[in-house]
Amino acid sequence: MITGQSTRLRSYLPPRFLARIMDDRCIRCQVCVRQCGWEALYYDERNDCINSTEANCTGCHRCVALCPTHAIWIEERPLQYRPNFNWRPEAIEDAMQQAESGGIILTGMGDDKGQTIYWDKLVLNASQVTNPSIDPLREPMEVRTYLGRRPDTLDIDYGSMKLRSPLGPLRTLEVPIMFSAISYGALALQVQEGLARAATEMGTFWNTGEGGLHRSLYPYRDHTIVQVASGRFGVSREYLDNSGIVEIKIGQGAKPGIGGHLPGNKVTAEVAATRMIPMGTDALSPAPQHDIYSIEDLRMLIYALKEATNYTKPVSVKIAGVHHAAAIASGIARAGADIIAVDGLRGSTGAAPKIIRDNVGIPIELALASIDHRLRQEGIRNQVSLVCAGGIRNAGDVVKAIALGADAVYIATAALIAVGCHVCQGCPSGRCSWGITTTDPHLAKRQNPDLAARRLANLLKGWEHEIKEMLGGMGINSLESLRGNRDHLRGVGLSDTELQILGVRHAGM
Amino acid sequence: MADASADIRQGRIVEVNAAGLYYKDLNALLRKMADGPDGQDVAKIVLRNVAGQRYIATDLDRPIEVEIHGTPGNDLAAFMNGQRIVVYGNAQDGVGNTMNSGEVVIHGHSGDIMGMSMRGGTIYVRDYVGYRVGIHMKEYLDKVPALVIGGTAQDFLGEYMAGGRIVVFGLDLGPGECHHANFIGTGMHNGAIYLRGPVRDYQLGKEVGVVRPGEGLWSPADWDFLRKCAEGYVRHFGGEVEEILRGEFIKLYAKYLRPYGPLYSWRN
Repeated sequence: MITGQSTRLRSYLPPRFLARIMDDRCIRCQVCVRQCGWEALYYDERNDCINSTEANCTGCHRCVALCPTHAIWIEERPLQYRPNFNWRPEAIEDAMQQAESGGIILTGMGDDKGQTIYWDKLVLNASQVTNPSIDPLREPMEVRTYLGRRPDTLDIDYGSMKLRSPLGPLRTLEVPIMFSAISYGALALQVQEGLARAATEMGTFWNTGEGGLHRSLYPYRDHTIVQVASGRFGVSREYLDNSGIVEIKIGQGAKPGIGGHLPGNKVTAEVAATRMIPMGTDALSPAPQHDIYSIEDLRMLIYALKEATNYTKPVSVKIAGVHHAAAIASGIARAGADIIAVDGLRGSTGAAPKIIRDNVGIPIELALASIDHRLRQEGIRNQVSLVCAGGIRNAGDVVKAIALGADAVYIATAALIAVGCHVCQGCPSGRCSWGITTTDPHLAKRQNPDLAARRLANLLKGWEHEIKEMLGGMGINSLESLRGNRDHLRGVGLSDTELQILGVRHAGM
Repeated sequence: MADASADIRQGRIVEVNAAGLYYKDLNALLRKMADGPDGQDVAKIVLRNVAGQRYIATDLDRPIEVEIHGTPGNDLAAFMNGQRIVVYGNAQDGVGNTMNSGEVVIHGHSGDIMGMSMRGGTIYVRDYVGYRVGIHMKEYLDKVPALVIGGTAQDFLGEYMAGGRIVVFGLDLGPGECHHANFIGTGMHNGAIYLRGPVRDYQLGKEVGVVRPGEGLWSPADWDFLRKCAEGYVRHFGGEVEEILRGEFIKLYAKYLRPYGPLYSWRN
């Protein structure tokens, strides 16, 4: 089923999935029917069986996960078009969809096209014979990270061994992994609460996104990053005061250069109260921040936020990785930001035009490496912390990102997977059967903040152990020693140009 | 239109010579005077010789009046929460950026993006204003921000407007002269813009509708509101309320709550 068109034309789009129900196992409990937010399944009373309207199925597997007898199975059912390398099924069906709707095709989650994923072409080093590896189970392993501006020089009073140079506000991360921005409205409040609790438990941060901060989450303020984006939703002194870090959102990897539209049907009374806008209106975030048309203007907003928080909080600036990301990052550092977050081509979203998600921006690995290199060249790397976002899937990606120069990473899709997401890309509909990307109270109550927090904290614990194992294997006992240490990386199957940008040698060298 | 002065207690008036004072130091001083232990009885701070210092009254916790002589810098009253600012001079860009409540009165003109994303409070400007004024203003429950502008405005007035009221009296327009702005109310999806004086159709954004006094969508509440604005304006800057209200008004309203709803297509 497609939405968007005013007068419905008959759809020629084939269903994507096939729901197989094993009749001998099915006990007709109809859990699957009730759980499907897409209305893809129904109970056929006359024949006493479960039937499906497959065109509605997104492949989210809520039914599969909850069927008590494992009687239901979802299979991909690609229509066999005549083979054509150019006109692949997706291209054909997108054109069909637009002929029927006349609209911009929206999608959710990150770019799924598989432009080179450099994490998969980078490998890590390990100690053998000449230096001993370290066993993190027996020896201390330091993964704590501080975010914020460092002074250019350190002036130490050697008598008292105290630091004389003034330090700006710094924030401590016990694990170098933060939860990336997902706004209330795009995300259910229950999930935000899970993120906030897990971040608090694990000593890291979660990010409100641009949809304001619900009052019930104020207790987690010391682990909250509040975002200031072009829509300025819910941005007030109170909002800024209830945070640990303030982040200016310039861009997002899934949709660099464009704004966001939270559709009015997701703007419920609670969402309206948090964003401080009328219920039911579209929450439109313009493409640019209209007070920022230059680096000088960005400096103006950075310092407006520093003034508004009396210089007690680091200010982060989040950009999408684009062609001149390194030069832009240099400008941002000079504009007074304390943290730069860079989001790559594979960064996720709750809703973005597919054409933008899949075609605009550069892979995060290249953006990160070039920014870190540029800031070092200019001697200003100490002035900012660098946060890498967009497509981090596991602890291996985290370690590689840190070796490429990141101070910490943001994860969002991985966090949503922890609470049930099957990456079906159905987020824009607001009908998420897992109760994650929805504001429908009936769906959202499927998420229990306690359990969500446990799963999220578990994910971070698992990754933390893995990071320590990898560090130990390299003979390093502190994350700080790996930061920007590209000698621990080697490329596999990469061209000279790619290796040069990444600043790593080919494996075997 | 809440009156910010109602919350301000009686008390001491202190004066500061801002000449040569860096903005950070000036704002630290303001914080100390308004919110510090020794400043609790201060009702009004008078700043003399202000010359471009930014972010004045951005981080004050208590309702207080700040009187500014000179030219305050960008982002005056940004994120402001309940203070009252009177400027004897012109203001620069970004006045009332994301302002939450309070009142700003400018005895002069004001620059670009005044009232951007403003959520509450009122700004009066005696003369004209710059580009993109009132862009993405919003409102929520009893918080309805208002901009009252004596002169005219430049392009993109009220663009993406999501709530609040903008009133442009056009008192500086010559006989038969049209308002200067193009793209007025482009992308507007809530709130209202009142213009006094002529404006051509092509100057208006595609998402706004026009209503004139006497037409169905013009209600007595519109006149009440305009009268309050005119009274406020005259109280601050002088002039005749009736003279202002005699002018020819139009009201621009958002035709759609969801102007871009049909733009998208999504498939399961």
